[in-house]
Amino acid sequence: MYVSPVREPLIKGNKTYSQITKDIAAPIEGKPGKAWYMGLALSLSAMFFGLAMMGYTVWQGIGSWGLNRTIGWGWGITNFVWWVGIGHAGTFISAILLLFRQKWRTSINRSAEAMTIFAVLCAGLFPLIHMGRPLLAFFVFPYPNTRGLWVNFNSPLLWDVFAISTYLLVSLLFWYMGLIPDIGTMRDRVSSKVKKYIYGLLSFGWTGSVKHWQRHEKLSLILAGIAAPLVLSVHSIVSADFATSIVPGWHTTIFPPYFVAGAIFSGFAMVLTLLVVTRKVLNLESYITLAHIESMNKIIIATGSIVGIAYMTELFISWYSGVEFEQYAFLNRATGPYWWAYAIMMTCNVISPQLLWFRKLRRNLAFTFILSIFINIGMWFERFVIIVSSLHRDYLPSSWSMYSPTIVEVGIFIGSLGIFFSCFLLFIRVFPVIAIAEVKTVIKSSGEKRT
Amino acid sequence: MKRYISAYFTDEENLLRASQTLIEKDIAILDVLTPFPVHGLDKILGLKESKIPTVGFISGAIGTISAFGFQTWAFVVDYPLFIGGKPHFSIPAFIPITFEITILFAALAMVFAFLFRSHLGFGAKNKIHDERITDDRFLIIIDANGNEEHYNNVKTILEKEDAHDIQLKENN
Repeated sequence: MYVSPVREPLIKGNKTYSQITKDIAAPIEGKPGKAWYMGLALSLSAMFFGLAMMGYTVWQGIGSWGLNRTIGWGWGITNFVWWVGIGHAGTFISAILLLFRQKWRTSINRSAEAMTIFAVLCAGLFPLIHMGRPLLAFFVFPYPNTRGLWVNFNSPLLWDVFAISTYLLVSLLFWYMGLIPDIGTMRDRVSSKVKKYIYGLLSFGWTGSVKHWQRHEKLSLILAGIAAPLVLSVHSIVSADFATSIVPGWHTTIFPPYFVAGAIFSGFAMVLTLLVVTRKVLNLESYITLAHIESMNKIIIATGSIVGIAYMTELFISWYSGVEFEQYAFLNRATGPYWWAYAIMMTCNVISPQLLWFRKLRRNLAFTFILSIFINIGMWFERFVIIVSSLHRDYLPSSWSMYSPTIVEVGIFIGSLGIFFSCFLLFIRVFPVIAIAEVKTVIKSSGEKRT
Repeated sequence: MKRYISAYFTDEENLLRASQTLIEKDIAILDVLTPFPVHGLDKILGLKESKIPTVGFISGAIGTISAFGFQTWAFVVDYPLFIGGKPHFSIPAFIPITFEITILFAALAMVFAFLFRSHLGFGAKNKIHDERITDDRFLIIIDANGNEEHYNNVKTILEKEDAHDIQLKENN
C-alpha cells in the first residue's frame, strides 16, 4: 500500500487492528474516573432543575416566562434554533464528509452523530414546552380528527414538524446502523453474562459476513446521500419560520443559506468542545489527533466567514432596499437597547474565528477549546439578536417593548444543557465513541505486525 | 451433516489473494467474515450488487407521491381552507413536506430491507463463528463436502497464502 511520506497519518502510533479495538473499548470496559462522575452529577442536577422548571411552566402556564404581547418568541425559540443548529454538525461530518471521501471523519463521526441526536432531542423540547399544553402536541400532526380539519400545509411551522421529526429519525437510523458492527465487537469482548446478553440483543446478530458488509456499506453511502440534502433542508426550513414573515429583519431571502452555514459553524464548535475534552479523558489522543482538530478548525474558518459575509450582506441589503423599516431594524440591532447582544454576536462569530488563520492557533488545544465555547455563545446570541431585536421594535411604535427572561426560562435552557451532557456522558460509557470498524479501514498498516 | 473448512487470516491482502485463488480453482467459498469492510472482496467472490439503491428509489418515489398527493387532497378536496389569500393548490408550499417524506420513506425502507435481507434484527440469533472476527481476524469458510483429497488440496492453497488454524469442522 502506498504511504505518503509528507501527509500526516490519520491515526498515530502504528496501531494494529486488535490495538484499535482495545483502545476504543477501554473506556467502556474500565471504571469511569472521578471527572466522569462529577460531570454526570453536574449535568444531572442541571437536568433536574430544568425538568422542574418545565413542570412549573406546564403547571402555571406560559405566563411564567418573560414573554409579552410584543415579544412572543424569546429564549424558547432562541434555544430551539440553537440546538437544531448544533445538531447539524453530526450529519454534516457523517454524511457530507463521507460523500466527499474525507477519511479523517472516521475518528469523529460517531460522537458527532450521537451529539446530533441529543441536540435534536433538546431542540424538540422547546416548541413542545412553548405550546404551553404539551399534552396536545399531537395536534401538529395531520391526522383525521373530530374537528374535521387539517393542519396548515402552507405554514413553515408545520414544515418544521416534518423536517425535525424526519431529521431525528434519519439521524437515529444512520447512527444506529453504523453502531451495529461495533456493538458486535463489544458483544464479543465483554465477559459479564448480562452485558453479553444486552449487547447481543443490540448488535442485531451481527456476524461480519461479507454480504452484510456489502449491503451495510451501500446502505451507509445512500443514507449519507439522502441525509446530506436533508441537513440543508432542515435548517432552511427553520429559517423559513422567520423569512416568510413580514417582520423587518426577518423577511430576508439570504436566511436559508446563512442559517445552514451558521448551523454547521455552531455544530462544529460543539463537536470541538466535546472532543477536546473527550480525547483527553478517554485517552484517545492517537485517534483524534491534532490533525483532526485542525481540519475541524478549518471548517470553522470557512463557515464562520460565510456567516460573517451573511451579516454584512444583510446590512448592505437593508440599506440598499430603501425600505425604512428594514434600515431601522438593522440600525436598531447595532445601536439600539440590545446593542450588547449584537456586539457579542459580532465578536464571537465574525472576529474570533478569523484568528484560526494562524496555524499555531489552529493546532492549539486550549485555544481551540476556548474559541469553541466563544462560538457556541456567539451563535446563541445570533438567534437571540434575530428574534428579540427584530420583534421588540416593529412597525408600530405604540407596541414597542423590552424583554428579559425569567428564572423559569433560564432554568429550562440550563436543563436542556443538562440533558445534552448527561446523554453524552452516558453514551461514552455504553457505546464505542469512535467507529471501530471504520477506523480500521483507514490505517496504513494492515494486520498483525510480522516478527 | 455438512462439513466445512475454516481458515483464519490476519491480513486482508492475504485474504483477498487466497479468495482469488480459491475462486479460480473452482472451490466453493460459503462465507467470508471480516472485522471491517474489505473492499474488492465482493467482486472477487462474484457477489451480486446490493439492491438497496433500488429499494430506496422506489420507496422514495412512493413517499413523494403520497406526501404530495395527500397534501393536495387535504387542501384542495377535503377541506379547502382559505389561508392568507394563498391558493388551495400551492405547489411551492407543498414541496418542503414532500421532500422530507420522500427521504423518510427511502431511509426507513432501505434500513428495513437491509435488516430483513441480512437476517439482522433486535435479538436476532445468528451463529457467531468466532469472537475474534469482530476484532482482528478474517475467516474464510469453504465447503468441504468432498473427499480427503479435496481437503488436502484446499489446505495446501491456504497454507501458501499465510492462513492460520486451517480446520475441518462439522455443522450441526
